[in-house]
Amino acid sequence: MPKNLFQKVWDAHTVRQLANGQTQLLIGTHLIHEVTSPQAFGMLRDLGLKVAFPHRTFATVDHIVPTDQFIEPYADPLAQAMMDELRKNCAQFGITFFDRATGKQGIVHIVGPEQGITQPGTTIACGDSHTSTHGAFGAIAFGIGTSQVRDVLATQTMALGALKVRRIEVNGKLRPGVYAKDVILHIIRMLGVNGGTGFAYEYAGSTFDGFSMEERMTVCNMSIEGGARVGYVNPDETTFAYLKGRPYAPKAENWDAAVSHWKSFASDSGAAYDDVVKINAADIAPTVTWGINPGQGISISENIPSPETATSADDKAGIIEALAYMKLPAGAPIKGTKINVAFLGSCTNGRLSDFQEVAKYIKGRKVAPGIKAIAVPGSQIVALQCEKLGLDKILAEAGFEWRAAGCSMCLAMNPDKLIGDQLCASSSNRNFKGRQGSTTGRTILMSPVMVAAAAVTGQIADAREVFSVTQN
Amino acid sequence: MALAKITSVSGRAVNVPGNDIDTDRIIPARFMKCVTFDGLGEFLFYDVRKQLDGTEKTHPLNESRFKGATILLSGANFGCGSSREHAPQAIAKYGFKAVIAENFAEIFFGNSTTLGMPCVTASREDIAKIAAFTEANPQGEVVIDLVKLEVRFGGQTVKIAQRESARDALVNGRWDAIGELIDGLPAVKVTAAKLPYLAA
Ligand code: SF4
Repeated sequence: MPKNLFQKVWDAHTVRQLANGQTQLLIGTHLIHEVTSPQAFGMLRDLGLKVAFPHRTFATVDHIVPTDQFIEPYADPLAQAMMDELRKNCAQFGITFFDRATGKQGIVHIVGPEQGITQPGTTIACGDSHTSTHGAFGAIAFGIGTSQVRDVLATQTMALGALKVRRIEVNGKLRPGVYAKDVILHIIRMLGVNGGTGFAYEYAGSTFDGFSMEERMTVCNMSIEGGARVGYVNPDETTFAYLKGRPYAPKAENWDAAVSHWKSFASDSGAAYDDVVKINAADIAPTVTWGINPGQGISISENIPSPETATSADDKAGIIEALAYMKLPAGAPIKGTKINVAFLGSCTNGRLSDFQEVAKYIKGRKVAPGIKAIAVPGSQIVALQCEKLGLDKILAEAGFEWRAAGCSMCLAMNPDKLIGDQLCASSSNRNFKGRQGSTTGRTILMSPVMVAAAAVTGQIADAREVFSVTQN
Repeated sequence: MALAKITSVSGRAVNVPGNDIDTDRIIPARFMKCVTFDGLGEFLFYDVRKQLDGTEKTHPLNESRFKGATILLSGANFGCGSSREHAPQAIAKYGFKAVIAENFAEIFFGNSTTLGMPCVTASREDIAKIAAFTEANPQGEVVIDLVKLEVRFGGQTVKIAQRESARDALVNGRWDAIGELIDGLPAVKVTAAKLPYLAA
């Protein structure tokens, strides 16, 4: 019987059925960071347990690291304590830690792929919602809670129920100035922030076939924002080419065998799906959010919704709440909304191609007066790649502060924060109330090039106009 | 790994009355930026137990006669609010082994069960009876019997209830998946050996 990738990977990693009907699923790769792992190690110690497969756990530090301070101890003693704790736990349990000194530190969802740890046909777990990113390689990657981090540390497995699979096919060529970020914002807008509950999303179609790995990662990253715990793209030649030669990828003598093994996990033609959604790439426009969840998005040329256009009482209440928080006028164009901060970075859009694309357009332009603009590479390696190409200089000349690798202003756990009700044009993935560090701070999600357009004009703008984009 | 079969909990009890005691009250959010759950016990109910300067307010947990109590009594909708695992952890780390309340918020109930800390429900009148007993006899023993689904104290017995799936998990030592997952370790090794990326 033809099977999809999810079913194949699930079957290959099923250890056994548990008494409550769940599956004990083998987690081949466990990624950890400083925020959700320390309590799990504490539980492990309480129970007197060891890490079962220490060589299959990899650690990095990302959420709490300052992006403008390099020497420890950090100004925030709590941040330093979390750093120290991770170091201690990794040393004690024999876990590889991509600490800053290794030159490989970065956001966990950037480091895994970059090191070649993220591979097709594998299962991956991390105590972080955006673990779905790794699905770009045809892996089944789950974001998990603290108790599950403990379970994976202790047994390299967790108890799970199988997911349904929805195939989301996007076909055709994206219009100029439309990016992977717009694709996923469009999908979430269409299917809703809870639309993926209980599902794994399989992204397919000619648009995805043509995507680079970095573009696929951007889409898979935000699966969770659509309620899908898992999102993946079937592995293909693009995937294999990306992995070849990376530190943890199979070596030359095993390469061919690995590739044919990986290929065997791709969904069979004729595989069954619980749902199929088809989208025409040409229908996708540069998309921005206007509200307080990633599903509250509109194309750049649309107007901000008003409560009168609501489709239900809940929708109406949602619009009223979002507009009140965002301090945006109902029914007005989103274009022209004044911004205070521009943020380039995060596990969604903090990779080399993101900065390359921005540099291409921003070269010779200037960030508008009064706008704070920061560019934060997702990893030390991304930083180095950018610096070799001189992208850091181009961004700095334009008026962006070029920072060190970390989560930065994506969330409020390090010194990069919004102040008061500042409005931020952001390439990150969450626009929840207070997400960027101020309880009244406001976030508008968009692609990196749209962030650049907002930065140079000081307002939400159509990058295609600002930069005269005629082709991608 | 065999988990304890939790068929009963006995010890002294303390009543922290009130309805809708939420997770922020149980453990204020600022104590969540932590590296282990270990120290959370001392921050249990912090803002209702302590003044800003750290001196103690009037609170049952601050009364020396209730020190060492292992059973917490409370009102309706106990543990509502956020899903943070920190709340039941704080209660457990403080030293409580079980909670008796009129009813519990769903996620709190699940998180507590996974910690092996039974949450059982009783009627408001019956909780008042237990509270009156501990008030008069702070050293008196209270026994929660998960098999007979009753609480015994000072010669009295009252009925309690608990969702069957949770009760079954507790009394059979399956309250935390980790026990079963560890039992499966030999099978895990077999599965891992079949996968090239794990064999390497
Ligand atoms: S960049 Fe943002 S979303 Fe990604 S791991 Fe860091 S905090 Fe989470």
